[in-house]
Amino acid sequence: MLATQLLAEFKIQRDEDRCIRCKVCARQCGFEVHAYDEETDRMVSDQSKCAGCQRCAVLCPTGALTVALNPQSYAPNYNWTRERISDLKRQAETGGVLLTGCGNDKPMRIYWDHLVLDASQVTNPSIDPLREPMELRTFLGRRPKKLEVVDEQPVDGHPQVRIDLPLIFSALSYGAISSQAQESLARAATAVGTLFNSGEGGLPKALRGYGDHVIVQCASGRFGVDPDYLRRSAMIEIKIGQGAKPGIGGHLPGEKVSRSISAARRIPVGTDALSPAPHHDIYSIEDLRTLIYALKEATNYEKPVSVKIAAVNNAAAIASGIVRAGADVIAIDGLRGGTGAAPKVIRDNVGVPIEMALASVDSRLRSEGLRNECSIIAAGGFRCSADVIKAVALGADAVYLGTAALVAMGCTLCQKCYTGICNWGICTTDPYLSKRINPDIASKRLIAFLSAWALEIKEMLGGMGINAIESLRGNREHLRGVGLSDWELEVLGVKGAGQ
Amino acid sequence: MVSSMVLRDVAVTHDHPDAEMDALEVSFQELNQKIRLAAERGTRRIVLRRVYGQRYIGTRLNGLPPVRVEIFGTPGNDLGAFMDGHVILVHGNAQDGVGNTMHGGEIIVEGRAGDVLGMSMISGSILVRDDAGYRAALHMKQYGRTVPSIVIGGTAQDFLGEYMAGGRLVLLGLGMRKHRMSFIGTGIHGGVIYMRGPFSNDQLGEAAEITPLRSADLAYLSAQIGKFGEAFGLPEEISPEQFSKIVPRGKRPYSSLYA
Repeated sequence: MLATQLLAEFKIQRDEDRCIRCKVCARQCGFEVHAYDEETDRMVSDQSKCAGCQRCAVLCPTGALTVALNPQSYAPNYNWTRERISDLKRQAETGGVLLTGCGNDKPMRIYWDHLVLDASQVTNPSIDPLREPMELRTFLGRRPKKLEVVDEQPVDGHPQVRIDLPLIFSALSYGAISSQAQESLARAATAVGTLFNSGEGGLPKALRGYGDHVIVQCASGRFGVDPDYLRRSAMIEIKIGQGAKPGIGGHLPGEKVSRSISAARRIPVGTDALSPAPHHDIYSIEDLRTLIYALKEATNYEKPVSVKIAAVNNAAAIASGIVRAGADVIAIDGLRGGTGAAPKVIRDNVGVPIEMALASVDSRLRSEGLRNECSIIAAGGFRCSADVIKAVALGADAVYLGTAALVAMGCTLCQKCYTGICNWGICTTDPYLSKRINPDIASKRLIAFLSAWALEIKEMLGGMGINAIESLRGNREHLRGVGLSDWELEVLGVKGAGQ
Repeated sequence: MVSSMVLRDVAVTHDHPDAEMDALEVSFQELNQKIRLAAERGTRRIVLRRVYGQRYIGTRLNGLPPVRVEIFGTPGNDLGAFMDGHVILVHGNAQDGVGNTMHGGEIIVEGRAGDVLGMSMISGSILVRDDAGYRAALHMKQYGRTVPSIVIGGTAQDFLGEYMAGGRLVLLGLGMRKHRMSFIGTGIHGGVIYMRGPFSNDQLGEAAEITPLRSADLAYLSAQIGKFGEAFGLPEEISPEQFSKIVPRGKRPYSSLYA
């Protein structure tokens, strides 16, 4: 291997007066940045290996460590930024595709920040959610075209899944994240009455007891898709695509396929877990219908079937096809959706912002009279409760939270998930590292942030004079755009502020 | 679009140990519901006559004790998809997606099968008397002692055993001069493909290579030949030594792809 020309991404500063040589930093760093030097009785650091995850700095008992962006850089150049130069040098040294984790970090317009919410003044009363009932309950699934009544009893034709708040944990597979992290999600989802998504890596035996709260995925690799897995679920999701890497498959490297992961995925230990780019039984909407109905047949029509796609140029037309193909739920994952591993070039350049895709899908389904035939789950970079409520106003029934949940558990978005090393114990299967997530504590953190968001959503709803989230769904009159051009307002279907 | 609400009122007229159903002009949902209801009432052998393209036969039997389904006619796509532990015998040809993501049981086709035969199969076995279409055994898997197998009497089309992660696939090469498919075992990283009959190395995908047969292979092959002969008879003499064994070059075909 060539000697590297790369500059260290981060600079580690240790306050020697504060350092007590306790070696916590050395034990905590899976990248092996810190070490104790006996000769000098000092801690030493190799900052070239630092991911900037801040684990050592947070856990240092004396606050002796500062990890900051390395100020050392190349001559300022708007075109050839430090990132471009570093990436190219890395490729010149390896000849490989650059991998990354988490979601698109590029400064593309975040439309949530250009949308503002309405509130009641004088002409209709606002509601105080602390003292009046406020409904966040949502049902996911296909609604009947008309209500059929036999012997004075409504005939309920389609399975529905109830969630007590419109926040669902996004697909995070066992293998991509640790079993402890997945269990934390399962426990939190169960406690607050919502769902978590197994991702495409199967469901470990230990989590099968959370069946009423799990969306199980059937992706192109079909890992761990067995009759028990399908039966013990609240909903089944066909994963076509993912916002972080539209159009490409998945690849869990063999070194991550441990004994327990091989059991969940039903593949031999140490082999690459490859998810082909397409489902090879789906080359058309008609083929998609075949798989949707195969899954319905396999579960005796007792579960709603969701289809998850990445937000792409023709998402609206594809969504229309998906509903016609029989899906009960559509999940759309936008440009900023996260991942455990994706080629950087794909993550940063492919897809459509979720705001635009969601608005266009909702509009299209409405114009075709199909909107009531499915629920829409929006995904991809939701950072706060305001993003969520704006998504509901644009037409979402619920949102998927992936990165937000990881951050609540400890993630700092260092984007090194693809290495299999995660000092926070989340995106790793290393037994030593993954023990750092204690499901008792992590699930409490998840429950706390969901509860906080739910309260904030109620406050915002109350301010608009609305007492049920259902009344806001697709109600774009409650949104206005700020600093957006005509075409953007048109796609979003909202008026400009003041209009 | 037929919704599930229709299915509650399907009357079942055959509730004895053996049931026979006429599938002519019966929708797949109604037919599969009838099959399920019959199995729920204790029927262990179900004969379906005049089947014309009804999909997912066997899929709705999940969770019930083993049932043997005999099909006269041509079942539709996804025959036995996600199936768990039942036996399906087709007196005729099958279409695409036979045994798709199948979890156990046996499917026997007295004819040919279409594309993606045994795709993502986890367990169980499939026997096809004649040929199969594109991407047979795509992404077949295995875990521990659970090793699925597919035996095809004739030949198959391109991308045979693509992405195979486990399991065994046998092509007996009966009634043909040369295997014509390309990209055999593209992306294969587990499992074995046994092929009888001529083909050249350039028909193999990058991830696949040929390796000598061992005694365990010979034993497995003679068992499969015996099973095939029992099911359909053998038009010519076959011996296990006539097979080529195709295996993955490694468990990690794409390990050096990334920076």
